[in-house]
Amino acid sequence: MIRLNDISKAFNQGQPNEFWAVRDVNLDIDDNCITVLRGPSGSGKTTLLSMIGCLSRPTSGRILLGERNLSGLPERFLTQIRRETFGFIFQRFNLIAGLTVLDNVMLPAYPLAPDHGELVQRATALLEQFGMAGKAASKIEWLSGGEAQRTAICRALLNDPQILIADEPTANLDSRLSQEFMTIIGELKAAGRTLILTSHDPVVSDAACVDRVITLRDGQVQEG
Amino acid sequence: MYGSSTTVRPHCPARAGTVPLLLLGAGLLLFAVTLLDAAWRGDDAALASSRELVVTLGLTDLALFTEARYTRHLSQADRHTAFQDHPLALDHFPSGSLVPPPARLGQP
Amino acid sequence: MSHFIRRQRYLIDFTVASLARRKGKNLGLLGVYTLIVFLLASVMLFTQALRQEAGLLLQGAPEVVVQRMVAGRHDLIPADYLERMGRIRGVAARYGRLWGYFYDPAVQANYTLMVPRDRDIADGEIIVGHGIARTRGLGLGDFIAFRASSGTTFSFRVADVLAADAELVSADLILVNEADFRAFFGIADGLYTDLALEVRNPQEVRKVAEKLTVLLPDTRPILREEILRTYDALFQWRQGIVFVLLAGSLLAFVIFAWDKASGLSAEEKREIGILKAIGWETADVIRMKFWEGALVSLGAFLLGYLAAYVHVFFFDAALFAPVLKGWAVLYPQFSPQPYVDGLQVATLFFFTVFPYTVATVVPIWRAATTDPDAVMR
Repeated sequence: MIRLNDISKAFNQGQPNEFWAVRDVNLDIDDNCITVLRGPSGSGKTTLLSMIGCLSRPTSGRILLGERNLSGLPERFLTQIRRETFGFIFQRFNLIAGLTVLDNVMLPAYPLAPDHGELVQRATALLEQFGMAGKAASKIEWLSGGEAQRTAICRALLNDPQILIADEPTANLDSRLSQEFMTIIGELKAAGRTLILTSHDPVVSDAACVDRVITLRDGQVQEG
Repeated sequence: MYGSSTTVRPHCPARAGTVPLLLLGAGLLLFAVTLLDAAWRGDDAALASSRELVVTLGLTDLALFTEARYTRHLSQADRHTAFQDHPLALDHFPSGSLVPPPARLGQP
Repeated sequence: MSHFIRRQRYLIDFTVASLARRKGKNLGLLGVYTLIVFLLASVMLFTQALRQEAGLLLQGAPEVVVQRMVAGRHDLIPADYLERMGRIRGVAARYGRLWGYFYDPAVQANYTLMVPRDRDIADGEIIVGHGIARTRGLGLGDFIAFRASSGTTFSFRVADVLAADAELVSADLILVNEADFRAFFGIADGLYTDLALEVRNPQEVRKVAEKLTVLLPDTRPILREEILRTYDALFQWRQGIVFVLLAGSLLAFVIFAWDKASGLSAEEKREIGILKAIGWETADVIRMKFWEGALVSLGAFLLGYLAAYVHVFFFDAALFAPVLKGWAVLYPQFSPQPYVDGLQVATLFFFTVFPYTVATVVPIWRAATTDPDAVMR
């Protein structure tokens, strides 16, 4: 369970262009659910998502992951929690060009330094699972949108995180691939993971497997 | 799920760092070899005949530059005398520009 | 410990893979870098080897050489100066030396003619250095004619050739007996070029020199330690000159390397953001960049140094010979004895590897400490 207490986030605080992206958000996100943050661009959903995923810190308020308060932790520990608990799927996939699919999938495990053979096996198994085994040695720039998406999912799952975070995952996909993606999401939920997504794509928010849709506007939660 | 029919190949691709690290290791090894080579080959025995000449003939200089006496017998030339070869004098030979002015000229 | 090594190994894998993306550019950089190290290391190894060799060889030079000065110029010294200086405590032996220069117009080379002290040479015979034998194509029993100071032509028979591996000290030497030397140059009996003294106890050399300047006020003593110092300074000066000449290209490389290493492209910044977002620590990113700098600069250092070692000690510094030869016709052919000065190598290492690595790591610092949520925006 992730609990947000009075979370606010300001950019350029104390300067003339100060801007509050998120204001006084209180939210409980349950385990093993699919939660979708919905809202127009600029509504603060990505900012909120990055705070939940320990990518950034709230200006005020507290984030509790289970019993642990994340707000006061130094960066090292945040990184550790991020590595162990969260997997990320970014809007533009954010794969590293010039490297192979396999290398990209293995990247999150590098700082943990597992045995190389074991790591290759783990990554290959993931690629198998998502039908990407044949592309393991391909360079990222040769992939289609759907393949890049699946590579990004494999990378997010490599460290076996409990919570998966996806920011606008279907923004660069056509509707068939978007449907496919939601099927994968449903299967990941069935496998016991918690998923938090942002999207303004109805394919995502209307999908059958989604448990909860939270609408954001101007950095605040709108009930309904 | 996707592609469940694909057979699992535990292929382990070559790691990018392997070749550079091996080359670097070989370089370090060769570096050590140069030190050993210098210690082993650079013995005085090879200088023996030169040394013997220096002792028996009472030689004072190396025959590196034979074009002028102040370069051929660097230590014997009367460069120590003022006006002989002033440090600001134009050099006739390239090697002259590589020879430092005598230290005594700098002393009061 | 093994975890630490495995982790560095992964970082190296990543940094090599990212370097391989711009293979041509990075190999070009490595090539230029290696060339710079090669030039610097060649100069360093060559001058150090010569310096070492000069030091070892000239240990055998006479402890004191006494020159007579006339009107500020080096002049012939009368033999009675040997008696005039009398018995000085500590001097084991004293003798007059005869040597001089001869310009050979046939090949436009300068020779050094010398009378050996303990070697008997028959009248009309000479012993030549290997350099002369090579340049003039002389062998045993060949005759060579020189025009003496009196205008008459002297014909000498080559009785022997000095050892080829002693060229460094004897390339231009011609050894003749005393009678021939005096006749050839027209030097009267009782005159020498200079005097040499043997002093057994090195602590007495300075005392001896002091006494000489009092006893023989028109002479100048040259001590062996001065000779050694002259050569020491010569090679340092030479090395310094070449380094100054190389400074221009060095600077150009520094500018190039700095630009290359420190200019973080937007793409690189994005990549660092991605790595941080997927769980890399700031320290991991910095270590990864450190390995990039260290691998490139260490590789260039090793390659350049090894190439220089082979160049200097296996190919006798072939690239430098034209510079060293200058106008000289007679240039000694010699192979420097391999000698590596640890401190010099360490200095070279420090000035080539360290700056590049720093230039790679420092700019990363700022990029790596920014919040990883930048990739989400």
